[in-house]
Amino acid sequence: MERRAFYRNGTLPWLLIGPQLLLVLVFFYWPTSQALYWAFTLEQPWGGGNTWVGWDNFAAIFRDSEYWTVVGRSTFYATVTTLLSMAVALTLAVFADRALKGTKLFQSVYVWPYAIAAPAAGVAFRFIFAPESGLIGAINQMWPGIWNPAINGWQALGMVIVCHAWLGIGYNFIFFLAALQMIPKSLSEAGAMDGARPFRRMLDLQLPLIAPTVFFLLIMNLISSFTDSFGLIDTMTEGGPFGSTEVMVYKIYFDGFKGFDYSGAAAQSIVLMLLVIALTIIQFTWVEKRVHYH
Amino acid sequence: MSAISLSGVKKRYQKNNVVHGVDVEIEAGEFVVILGPSGCGKSTLLRMIAGLEDITEGEIAIGGTVVNKLEPRERGCAMVFQNYALYPHMSVRQNIGYALKVAGMPRAERDAKVLKVAKSVSLDPYLDRKPGELSGGQRQRVAMARAMVREPKVFLFDEPFSNLDAKLRVAMRAEVRNLHRSLGVTSVFVTHDQTEAMTLADRLIIMNAGVVEQVGKPSEVYHNPASLFVADFIGSPAMNLVRGFFGEDGYFRHGQGGMIHLPSLGQGLVSREVSLGVRPELVQRVSAETKGAITAVVDYIEELGASRLIYANADGSRLIAVDTSNDALGTGMPIHLSFAAVDAHVFDHDTGRRVDLGDANSAATRARINA
Repeated sequence: MERRAFYRNGTLPWLLIGPQLLLVLVFFYWPTSQALYWAFTLEQPWGGGNTWVGWDNFAAIFRDSEYWTVVGRSTFYATVTTLLSMAVALTLAVFADRALKGTKLFQSVYVWPYAIAAPAAGVAFRFIFAPESGLIGAINQMWPGIWNPAINGWQALGMVIVCHAWLGIGYNFIFFLAALQMIPKSLSEAGAMDGARPFRRMLDLQLPLIAPTVFFLLIMNLISSFTDSFGLIDTMTEGGPFGSTEVMVYKIYFDGFKGFDYSGAAAQSIVLMLLVIALTIIQFTWVEKRVHYH
Repeated sequence: MSAISLSGVKKRYQKNNVVHGVDVEIEAGEFVVILGPSGCGKSTLLRMIAGLEDITEGEIAIGGTVVNKLEPRERGCAMVFQNYALYPHMSVRQNIGYALKVAGMPRAERDAKVLKVAKSVSLDPYLDRKPGELSGGQRQRVAMARAMVREPKVFLFDEPFSNLDAKLRVAMRAEVRNLHRSLGVTSVFVTHDQTEAMTLADRLIIMNAGVVEQVGKPSEVYHNPASLFVADFIGSPAMNLVRGFFGEDGYFRHGQGGMIHLPSLGQGLVSREVSLGVRPELVQRVSAETKGAITAVVDYIEELGASRLIYANADGSRLIAVDTSNDALGTGMPIHLSFAAVDAHVFDHDTGRRVDLGDANSAATRARINA
């Protein structure tokens, strides 16, 4: 039986969704339409409006080998960030779920990083990773010069990845913990009676049962690592050294606002948007078809 | 040597005492049922034997080895859970064989063993199905096969039939009984269902509020309840329990001026507050002229088919009698009831424990237990 609530007053529902609709229009549809406009046009060299250029802007970025380097770096960044963040969050969730001493406290503490704004975290991590002082800097006292993300590109990228992964742990932790607590306790107990140790039970019983959550988080983390890294990179490395932490979002910002190539940046952002849409579609088709255990 | 030995076993959660010190010896090959109302600590006790709960105090030994510090896998017990706890993502074959896989048994050997056990509980056509595709009874059998395949020293059952419908429950009861007869493995079975307990058990452990009220054979528990709780808990309809005291004149006084002539019982009990207990099937309807007959008024009648239960009011005290006659009886009609003094039980009202009534009563009780 279908049950519906009706509004007698025709304008009330519009008033209710109005604010949200306004936000979406101003901060999503308007910029998107502008990006589309810029992506398919080019500003005339001496001003005087834009000229329609079709797919030329896309052709230009796809021809650029540097762009593909950035795409490759972004993919690496997203994959490592996602795996690192999820692995740590899962480990913490498994321990929190086992009801060890202090679990109640840790259940809330592990979530805190999620509430920290990326630029703030970026600044904090810059101190932690500073080669001259900082926690990691201490190893420079034993082996001088071994750690310096200001010169070493891989170290810089690793630093940003660690920070991004850390920010995501809280989010992943909540979902993992919720999924683990949905599994009846007796399943784990049956596993214990069957002779499986905790680690074995995690691999054989818990992981397969939280597979839908793992998949969901995988997609969410990939999307976030492709799109949310700007604040961190801008405060920590500004894409450097020598462009070694330049990922797709940062290149869009750099080309557009530093290089004033609006059309190229717009085309890049359309590509990134399509990537996110593709990931979202995968997510939804999976959610629709996902395996249900009674 | 006992198969399972519990001595002074206690369980405390923070400040709550759940099990208050249990001492029981379970013999090898015995089928023991722990029976009690919800929250009496029976499941906790079972889980302590299994190793799923820490033992706060006391000692549990299985096969002569103290297992307090041992992990569940080292205790040699297999358990059937209340909700079956089957692994939903594994097939029936994988569910049954999981323990063997964990133990590192080679695949061929494992499959052969799983098949053999599955056949013994008629599950062999369903080996490749997932638990979600099975009926309640089949799931129950998978849970039992999973326990059997490990050839444990002890079977533990935690209210395994509570999710089944009445008919299936009776069938599974018989199956468990047969299984026990053929395998002869020491079994501990927890339930709150007294019919299940009475039909399955070699011996019953009756628990209430974390305390063992009585340990004994089903007939012993029924005919010779050790406490007021057991008398009231075991048997349907419940035992008649009339609160009152014995006077020096040999009369038991109860309700609003009710008097029952029981001169052989009252000695040494004068003025002590007690409950007098008689099984409804041992209360007879008699004629008004019978000496010592209790006069009562019919409150209502429950028709059972072969017999009926008369709920009567005797001077403010409720008495239930099983009646097999076809006499026309109805609410408000006067009747006369009587029972033999040797069939009565007396319980001290303060301690709730049974009061020994001397040789005549003990002999009558023994005769009924052995019958």
